[in-house]
Amino acid sequence: MRRLLLILLVLIMLPAVWCDTLNGQQRFPMPEFESGYEYPEHVPPPSPRGLAMEYIDVVLLVAAMSLAAWFALRRRSRNGIIWLGVFSVIWFGFVREGCVCSIGSLQNVSLALFGTGYTIPLVVLLFFVLPLLFTLAFGRVFCSAVCPLGALQELTSVWPVKVPQRVESALSVIPYLYLALALLFAATGSTFIICRYDPYVGFFRLSAPFSMLIFGFLLLAAGLFIYRPYCRFLCPYGVILNWLSRFSGKHLTITPAECIDCRLCGDACPTNAILPSNSEEKLQERRKGRRLFTLSLALIPILMVAGYFIVGSSYYHLASVNNDVSLAREIRAWQEHQVPATSREAEAFMSSGRTYEDLFTSEARLTGKFRRGSGYVGLFLGLSLGIALLSTSLRERRTEYLPHRGRCVSCARCFEYCPVKAENRKV
Amino acid sequence: MEDKRLLKPQKRREFVRNAGRIALLLPIGYYGGALLKATTAEAWVWQIDPYECGQCGRCETHCVLTPSAVKCYHQYQMCGYCDLCGGYLRQGIRNINTGAESQLCPTGAIKRTFIEDPYFEYTIIEELCIGCAKCVKGCADFGNGSLYLQINHDICVNCNECSIARACPPQAIKRVPLSEPYLLKEGYGE
Repeated sequence: MRRLLLILLVLIMLPAVWCDTLNGQQRFPMPEFESGYEYPEHVPPPSPRGLAMEYIDVVLLVAAMSLAAWFALRRRSRNGIIWLGVFSVIWFGFVREGCVCSIGSLQNVSLALFGTGYTIPLVVLLFFVLPLLFTLAFGRVFCSAVCPLGALQELTSVWPVKVPQRVESALSVIPYLYLALALLFAATGSTFIICRYDPYVGFFRLSAPFSMLIFGFLLLAAGLFIYRPYCRFLCPYGVILNWLSRFSGKHLTITPAECIDCRLCGDACPTNAILPSNSEEKLQERRKGRRLFTLSLALIPILMVAGYFIVGSSYYHLASVNNDVSLAREIRAWQEHQVPATSREAEAFMSSGRTYEDLFTSEARLTGKFRRGSGYVGLFLGLSLGIALLSTSLRERRTEYLPHRGRCVSCARCFEYCPVKAENRKV
Repeated sequence: MEDKRLLKPQKRREFVRNAGRIALLLPIGYYGGALLKATTAEAWVWQIDPYECGQCGRCETHCVLTPSAVKCYHQYQMCGYCDLCGGYLRQGIRNINTGAESQLCPTGAIKRTFIEDPYFEYTIIEELCIGCAKCVKGCADFGNGSLYLQINHDICVNCNECSIARACPPQAIKRVPLSEPYLLKEGYGE
């Protein structure tokens, strides 16, 4: 009888014990207070920025880009661009504290398109797409004064010196690499490198890891002399905007009316984006030009194949950036070669209850993704390099000084160099 | 004659530009539209799942802010109100007292108040908390697990990629909707 009672008791108690282990471990009973003690409130504070603020930011983004387009294309006001830049640095930088910015949003888009388990918020998608559309319509007006990073650099470029064209061309390869890797790492759900190595966001938040601050200060100091170092030699979003801007419907013009070929604006542009008139120059011999063109055209597939194999073969090392992949490798080294797995990640994995099989399937899936992805990265880099080479063989005839639509960031510096008055415009 | 020759490449350029614009608009429209269908009107913020947290201490060191936006919270309705508190007192001390040498918290952010015999209340002074998780580990190992970490959204700057989430060994930091930004522990008494 006693035994039966005991079994019954255990059966009754079992669900209660089981529930406890699910909710954490209750080792000590709840106290029974006799002094009328009441449990204090336990509420962490809500976010001071509500959802409405996010949508207000989108409205402000559109307003700022429209204003920038108006200043650059119609009003032709450098002052307007500068003051708009001040606003953007204050609002999109210091008030909004940087995130999510359009540059970083391309990773969210990549993760949403190719990754798993991420639904992109509408605001983030709008921050990505709206500058693209504006660029396609009016050129890189987003870069001029709306992007907080661009505006900060615009405001801090005190003595911009000209970077030699060769150096500029060589350095402008970096953004392509940065863009391709950022897309790859985001698509595989590994990490957002653009955000991790954002040099200026630390200033906007007035707090950052030490390495981030050093990088930021160096770039800011370089930016005093080298105009917009981040935009020109790092920004991955700039690559996309550069290409869209080349096909923009409207774009700012250096002269408000007819160019009189006076060469005064020739040295005005700190981004080497002013293409001089070459009507007087003797154009290259047609046959020679054509040969160079066919040669570089034939080089494109070769470069693409080379890129595919070179970058594609380094997928193993690229994949080690992913947390799951590196953890799986550590665990495998421990299982197969008795290398002790001592990292915190390995410890956490052992105590998490996640199975080895689950981890290794995830690793295999991610490695496959990296193998395919790094192939695409190679193809993309080969293609970009090929197109860059091809464009050097192209000679277009210009009878006036024109902005290079891809490189021009619509900073409006060149306007004051032009002696032509707007009234001279031919209707 | 001269005019004609100059005009021709100009028109061709114009044509290429227009064709290119349409060609670029197509993928933007296509992918943008595809993503638009799958968007959410919500915004995401980062939060720690307290049941997956391993109390490793990286929240203190890996946040882009100093001190970290991660703070300790106390679910009083799980607490045993013990005199010998694993979250408050260092291991191996001789006497139970409130001296700095006895406290586990490196910043003295836990206040110990006598309620009635034998119960003591432990309150987190949030301004002093640095999110190091020492007390959380102590409470989880020896107590009821009533102390736990959460990201304080008044402080958090909501990075696009939380740098603590990237470093979190058990991947306990997740995106949660802005409307419900906390993953709180539920008390036993509720």
